[in-house]
Amino acid sequence: MTRLFPWIQTAPLALVLAVFLLVPVGMLVVVSFYDYDAFSLIPAFVLTNYQELFTSPVTWQTYLKTIYFAGITWAVTLGIGFWIAYHLAFVVQNATLRMVLFILCTVPFWTSNLIRMIAWVPFLGRNGILNSTLIGMGAIEQPLEFLLFSDFSVILAFVHLYTLFMVVPIFNTMMRIDRRLLEAARDAGAGFWQTLWCVILPLTKPGIGIGSIFVVVLVMGDFATVRLMSGGQSASVGLMISNQYGAMQYPAAAANAVGLLLMVLLVVAAMLRIVDIRREL
Amino acid sequence: MRADVELISVTKRYGAAIAVDGISLAIPPASYCCLLGPSGCGKTSTLRMIAGHESISAGDILLAGRNVTDLAPVERGTAMMFQSYALFPHLTALENIAFGLRMRGVGKPERLAKAGEYLRLVQLEKMADRLPAQLSGGQQQRVALARALITRPKVLLLDEPLSALDPFLRGQMREELKRLQRELGITFIHVTHGQEEAMALSDIAVVMDHGRIAQAAPPREIFERPASAFVARFIGGHNVIRLDSGRYAIRTDRSWLAPGEGTPGLPGRVTAVEYQGPVVRVVLALADGQSAEAVLPDAHYHAAPVAPGDAASLGWEAQDAHPLPEDA
Repeated sequence: MTRLFPWIQTAPLALVLAVFLLVPVGMLVVVSFYDYDAFSLIPAFVLTNYQELFTSPVTWQTYLKTIYFAGITWAVTLGIGFWIAYHLAFVVQNATLRMVLFILCTVPFWTSNLIRMIAWVPFLGRNGILNSTLIGMGAIEQPLEFLLFSDFSVILAFVHLYTLFMVVPIFNTMMRIDRRLLEAARDAGAGFWQTLWCVILPLTKPGIGIGSIFVVVLVMGDFATVRLMSGGQSASVGLMISNQYGAMQYPAAAANAVGLLLMVLLVVAAMLRIVDIRREL
Repeated sequence: MRADVELISVTKRYGAAIAVDGISLAIPPASYCCLLGPSGCGKTSTLRMIAGHESISAGDILLAGRNVTDLAPVERGTAMMFQSYALFPHLTALENIAFGLRMRGVGKPERLAKAGEYLRLVQLEKMADRLPAQLSGGQQQRVALARALITRPKVLLLDEPLSALDPFLRGQMREELKRLQRELGITFIHVTHGQEEAMALSDIAVVMDHGRIAQAAPPREIFERPASAFVARFIGGHNVIRLDSGRYAIRTDRSWLAPGEGTPGLPGRVTAVEYQGPVVRVVLALADGQSAEAVLPDAHYHAAPVAPGDAASLGWEAQDAHPLPEDA
């Protein structure tokens, strides 16, 4: 009987994982080999869905575009997130003020993603607040077109939505850095940038790793932001899946989903090779 | 001779609280100086001000005759060994030691070779590639010491360097610190709350209390002629006794015991007897309410043993009573 205890103890988690992860992903993989016509799914084992995935230049471009969005968003959120976390962890000395500022960072998350995105529209639009202000100031003659419904606005929205996911883990690792290490670095003659590069950055790597995984995974899986902020002029894999799903092309959507899943797993695996996040968990 | 380190009415205030209250001190060249005192006496603040990790509220600090009050640590020519070492957890022992040279822009092969020399100096050549987490407390300490020494400081500052070690290692490390100081011929300033450590190591010991210097002198002078009742009590081994003629510090090992009622000396009653091997410590409650003790060679004690509750008198030779100033 006692030999069974470990199994019984792990059973609930195993069950949850099986029902909510293994079974759905398994079904996804199965369906991705189905055939389909305009009205119905045809259970079969065909490779046409994957053939289309790998041979269509449009699909390739969409995948590249997704990587492009993820890459730029990652770089920008890392840059902004690192310095916000640095400021909170090392510049702000008062614990109460630090907590207040930290909560302030989360305020935008009190509303839904959708509302936060839509809020940009009247600001960035052709006759939006920014353009009319700039024209009013005489800084520009014609309204700036690239502000809304462009890659710029998509990335802006991504950065707005996901920077906090970078701030939190980086802040967390920074708070665990022993302050005496910074003093020891100063004692050894390190200036600000040397301390940052040789002490703070290496010790913050796990946090950067976790934040990067959050941001990259979220951006790669996104479809709503791309649809809304690009005004339909840009695509991502997520959006492509969503469109195929809308057209009832479930097997094609499933094949795409498998492709996206593999891509995300590859990226995450690559990140884990660079950064050891186990120290954080 | 010009002092290596000179403090001139150095004061440290934290808001309204005064941590260090206008202390002045001159430490002669190449000496081992211990800052000694109970916690909160200002010894660590003093050390950190000398190191440049704490701003100075008032006063000046001179190193080798140069005013360094407003200079950064690296410009002072000091190096600090931190309490619990503050080794960089992501760097190996060798890289930790080479850190100071790396910050000065020394090339990698050269600085690692140099770090290797210092690793040998602290006898850890086999541990070069270990991370701090893979080193024992004593080994971490040696790495921290080598890291502080590699920049060839004129003054080495040590913040309670031995407090995290077990008693055996502490004794070993103590010898090693003293040996290094002698061989390198630089000034060590060592903060401790252990009077035994200060006695064993220092050429000059500075006893601090409430942000002031209670006494700064060679340890022998402090032990034989404590400047105040506080010093006599803190340094240990003294009875502080008030007599009609004033207050005196009398070494407990120069005090003797006369068992029985009406024997010569200060009358009292034995409250505790502690056997300590070569000596026996006998605690007395004196008739006038003061407490005192006598540390007797075991042969003397066993010739006339006493037990708690027995009457006994405490005596000493007149020249062993060191008069103390009347202070608070």
